[in-house]
Amino acid sequence: MSVVPTRYRRTARDRLLVTPEGISVPVAVASRGSRLGALMLDFLVILVLMGLTTWGLIAMAGGLVGIDRQLEQKNALGYALQFLVIVWMVAMFLFRNAYFLLFELGPRGATPGKRMVGIRIAARDGGRLTAEMVIARNLLRDIELFLPIVFIMQAGADSGMGWLAASGWLAIFLLMPLFNRDGLRAGDIIAGTWVLEQPRRKLEAAMSVGRASAQAVSFADDKAPRTAPARAGFRFEDAELAVYGEYELQALERVLRDGRAQSLESVYQTIARKIGRSDGWNDERAFLEDYYTQLRARLEAGMRMGRRKADKFSGTSE
Amino acid sequence: MNAATHSAMHSGTSRLPEAVSAIESAALRSDRFRLEREADWQRLEAIVTRMEKGRLRRLPDEDLLALPGLYRTVASSLSIARETSLDAATLAYLEALVQRAWFVVSGPRSSLWDWLRGFLGGGWSAAVRGIWPDILIAFAVMVAGTAVGWLLVAQDVNWYHALVGGDMAGGRVPGAAPEVLRRTLFGESERGGMSLFATQLFSNNSQVSILAFALGFAFGIPSLLLLVHNMAMLGAMLWLYHGAGLLVDFAGWLAVHGTTELFAIMLAGAAGLHIGRALAFPGDRPVLQATAEAGRRAALVMTGVVLMLVVAALLEGFARQLVDQTFGRFVIGGFMLALWCAYFFAFRGNRRQVGPA
Repeated sequence: MSVVPTRYRRTARDRLLVTPEGISVPVAVASRGSRLGALMLDFLVILVLMGLTTWGLIAMAGGLVGIDRQLEQKNALGYALQFLVIVWMVAMFLFRNAYFLLFELGPRGATPGKRMVGIRIAARDGGRLTAEMVIARNLLRDIELFLPIVFIMQAGADSGMGWLAASGWLAIFLLMPLFNRDGLRAGDIIAGTWVLEQPRRKLEAAMSVGRASAQAVSFADDKAPRTAPARAGFRFEDAELAVYGEYELQALERVLRDGRAQSLESVYQTIARKIGRSDGWNDERAFLEDYYTQLRARLEAGMRMGRRKADKFSGTSE
Repeated sequence: MNAATHSAMHSGTSRLPEAVSAIESAALRSDRFRLEREADWQRLEAIVTRMEKGRLRRLPDEDLLALPGLYRTVASSLSIARETSLDAATLAYLEALVQRAWFVVSGPRSSLWDWLRGFLGGGWSAAVRGIWPDILIAFAVMVAGTAVGWLLVAQDVNWYHALVGGDMAGGRVPGAAPEVLRRTLFGESERGGMSLFATQLFSNNSQVSILAFALGFAFGIPSLLLLVHNMAMLGAMLWLYHGAGLLVDFAGWLAVHGTTELFAIMLAGAAGLHIGRALAFPGDRPVLQATAEAGRRAALVMTGVVLMLVVAALLEGFARQLVDQTFGRFVIGGFMLALWCAYFFAFRGNRRQVGPA
């Protein structure tokens, strides 16, 4: 079970993770674009925090005028100013180094920027995310990001082969997420972590509940309760259901859940033409719902017997 | 599969009459399967949502106790649904829910405070002992770097300016009068802004040591080069003070904070080397796994390095200025060295609490 079955694979970023307890968890690796976006947002937050702190401390010190002269004085004012400068230095150090640590160690495993774009970090082996993983992945941010960018920006007219070689070497760190399929940066490799999408999905209503198509499918599902039909549903022959597979079923499900009249109409036209029926006119939704329920009953019955039909082009696999 | 599904269906808890009728009116077996279990799913979702918001304290005990069981139930629901249901929306919901529950169950559990306690109470020293071969290499490289610096300058004085930058040297240049050199070692207690100086030192040194560690990712070689360069500078200065007959005084001036600071720099270099070594020679483990194990151990060491640099900066900013004679300085430096050695190599603590060491 190391590969996600093709039919559930929405993108190339889906993975199936097996946790140490043996539970398989489907995950999706975060896209590089969303990670870059999250990083930008975090830098923005850090810059704003740094700016506000600096501004607040300067306001407390009563303006910049004369600070450098007072700083070396051995009187009460000098000590107070020294204290403020120390607070500023420590705050800058913490913003730079502790911001990512603190948030990624929280219950959501994500900085505010990551949370906004809907991604988070997790342990790559499916185990627990530990503090030393978070520390390790964040200690490498300096050489991955700041060092290469500063170095590359220093390029001048006189920058020769040495500069070229060094920036090429540093660019490897910077561009590492582009070179592996899980988008790992150097810090992720060191820490054994990766960045995943944080899923959020509501449970939608079951499709076949509360509708009286039960009688229609009883041929496929012998355990179905035989309740009296509330309205005359559409009944489809086996041959009419055999034309479509799982792919079409899920497309039909999407159309029904969206419930847009225009697409219902056009899907109805397509299906009715394909199976050669026209009795659902003016009752497209009921027609499609019944068709969906009976097609799903047929395909699921096949599934239980180990026969699957991926789409309309494939024959039933044995 | 069928039998298993079935027995699971009948072992459900008692349901309200209308829920039962909804289940019975569902046309599809897979929808009935879902309706019978969705109460559990939604309970798990509610618990997970509350835990994601960090409201762990307000979570009732019975919910917390039910969490692992519910997680397993939903995970098995997902694997059954994958084989029996074609309801894409339900499958997507279950996948997302299992994933979120896994994030919560396997998220960082200990608070930062608990972690810090385990870290100081044995995790750190165990990690330091875990990288002992790298520490030996780093130590040898540092000694060699110092010797190289000394020898280079002894051969050709011009090397001094190459090794010790202009702003770093200040008045400490070859040919300076012994009196000038002596003034750089003593009498600093008159200077103001000591605390400022200490903070500056800490901020700068820890950024450099983080760099030394991070460069380990390039197979550890840049970490070693950084060590050699720093120690060659030290060697050159030792030579300078030796020429003025102030070698012992200079060693004392350095020892106050140097035993702590150089120890920390050595650990940072060793931690970088540890990662580089795992990357280059992973042994019989996969490279990514070997690197990740080394990285986590090195991260523990590095957290400690930052703490040591705080101590070093305090010693440099205050103790060195306040203790203005060589013997007292040696006592402080020696005491710190003994303290660190005892803590790292003799103290065992409750070592299984933190870290992979």
